[in-house]
Amino acid sequence: MSETDRGHHDIGGDPAGPVPRAEHALAPWEKEVDAIRYVLGQKGLMSADKLRLGIEQMPAEDYRRLSYYERWLASIAWTMEKDGVIPPGSFAARVAELEAKR
Amino acid sequence: MPHDGPHHHHDHAPDDPSFASRSAIGARALRELLEEAGVLAPGEVARQVERMDTITPALGAQVVARAWVDPAFKARLLADGSAAVREFGVEMGATPLHVVENTDTIHNMIVCTLCSCYPKPLLGIPPDWYKSFEYRSRAVREPRVVLAEFGVRLSDSMAVRVHDSTADLRYLVLPRRPAGTDGWDEARLAEIVSRDCMIGTALPNA
Repeated sequence: MSETDRGHHDIGGDPAGPVPRAEHALAPWEKEVDAIRYVLGQKGLMSADKLRLGIEQMPAEDYRRLSYYERWLASIAWTMEKDGVIPPGSFAARVAELEAKR
Repeated sequence: MPHDGPHHHHDHAPDDPSFASRSAIGARALRELLEEAGVLAPGEVARQVERMDTITPALGAQVVARAWVDPAFKARLLADGSAAVREFGVEMGATPLHVVENTDTIHNMIVCTLCSCYPKPLLGIPPDWYKSFEYRSRAVREPRVVLAEFGVRLSDSMAVRVHDSTADLRYLVLPRRPAGTDGWDEARLAEIVSRDCMIGTALPNA
């Protein structure tokens, strides 16, 4: 397997700049996404492996662009649709509906 | 609604945090859909958020302090971390806890190169830097340089062991009890054990 075959998440050992040390207090929505994953995990619907699979299969640009919990959100929504827990396309549709109410 | 204009339908409180950003809306959308699917009960997510808020590195610090004063507990902790922390009411669940001990010749540090695996039931949610691409990339390649950035300078004779966490195994560093702490009780000892001490990017100071 050549270096270029590695997934976008497989970055151990890569060169990189200084570790950014600023820490932010989690926003309510970030805590909510963390909690949704945990509760779904307890119910056997969203293991840590599935969470990672969803994150590792997203386009590399998204992986780099999205924040940590944005990646989680995308992965959980994708997985729930793929596994038929929620209807296909329902996540994007609901986001659009709620956006229209802002 | 008193002033429902053509472009805005204010059927939520103006300061409702679930409308604060596109991401917040995404989280709300997902929760609503899962509740409608009958997978999540109303209030279930909020209760987990509250529970998670109670888990802070202070919990891990209590475990470390106990290990410092109680050799039998320390032996149990190193032999089977998950079972030992259960004595503190901490349930690791499906991901066993492996505790690695700093000695006068070995310094341990933890990373998750692939994602962000972390002993959350013991330390809470990991800090931003732990999840950063930079830490994940460099911790395994140049740990001493990274440690120096965190202010931890080790002698050349100190071996550094970097532990790459996985979805199936979580690590916790048991730091060395600093000199000058003889006679301290557990509560006082726990106060000098920071989160970063238990990740291995800081050392406790008396």
